[in-house]
Amino acid sequence: MLDLSLHILDIAENSTRAGAKTIFITITEDATADRLAIEIIDDGAGMSEAARLRSLDPFYTTKKVRRVGLGLPMLAQAVERTGGCFSLASEEGRGTRVAVEFVRSHIDRQPLGDVAGVLIILIAGNDGMDFVYSHLRDGQLFTLDTRNIRSAIEDVPISHPDVLQFIRKHLKEGLNEIGAGY
Amino acid sequence: MTKLTIADLKKIKEKVQAETALRDGARRAKVTVHMGTCGIASGARDVMDALMREIEEAGVTDVMVTTSGCMGLCSREPLVTVEILGQEPIKYEYMNANKMRQVFKRHVLQGEIQIPFVLARGSEILK
Repeated sequence: MLDLSLHILDIAENSTRAGAKTIFITITEDATADRLAIEIIDDGAGMSEAARLRSLDPFYTTKKVRRVGLGLPMLAQAVERTGGCFSLASEEGRGTRVAVEFVRSHIDRQPLGDVAGVLIILIAGNDGMDFVYSHLRDGQLFTLDTRNIRSAIEDVPISHPDVLQFIRKHLKEGLNEIGAGY
Repeated sequence: MTKLTIADLKKIKEKVQAETALRDGARRAKVTVHMGTCGIASGARDVMDALMREIEEAGVTDVMVTTSGCMGLCSREPLVTVEILGQEPIKYEYMNANKMRQVFKRHVLQGEIQIPFVLARGSEILK
């Protein structure tokens, strides 16, 4: 993975396959504390304690089609490289929370990348799912809640190109406003 | 620049509703970009971006885009499945933004299967 937005895409794709209805993605950038935190919470199937403990093993996967599962281990590695911390909490039937914290100025910290683009992909590719994205940068907050958009457009699908274009513009504006439009 | 508001969204809604009323609403095609860890690491995001931009530029509203997981052929990622309504799905391997644009223009819009990029015909069980 070349940047952190791709990690976000990967972890959120896990959530979609766990049957989540709503996925919360939160990014917190704090220059004073020199930290960058990413949190992804879903209301999907969750996993057992045994599965959770093995999830960072690259040779553990629940899939039958291949014998490796690299998504979480690669994220954990990216975090450890910067001296950050990784946490994974899950409860069967309730959902999963992946939270990572990077040392923001560490030379090995990957760039955040195109988070707006990743959100568009998630929204376009998972029509029945809702995403709540919050980005807090040095005290300034931007949020995008697809549930609000859905209620405004009524029966028009959220993956309609015109709606996606609107969301893309909205994200760009909002992120530029808080200085996070990379 | 004025801020985008819910009112803008309502306008989009009315426009889209007016357009859909004129069509019979049938979907022409479904395009699936495989987004497992392997797909993402080998460039599925660029493929998906290229696809969404092509759809926007062509102004088509009856092509459905979706993502799916890994199907076990990680070495051939990025994979894309094109399913034209009423036809067998076609899987493309080693995709990139350029190939995606070609497949969209020639296969999705004009119905010509792009044989050099094809991995297989038919579908597998996903997720």
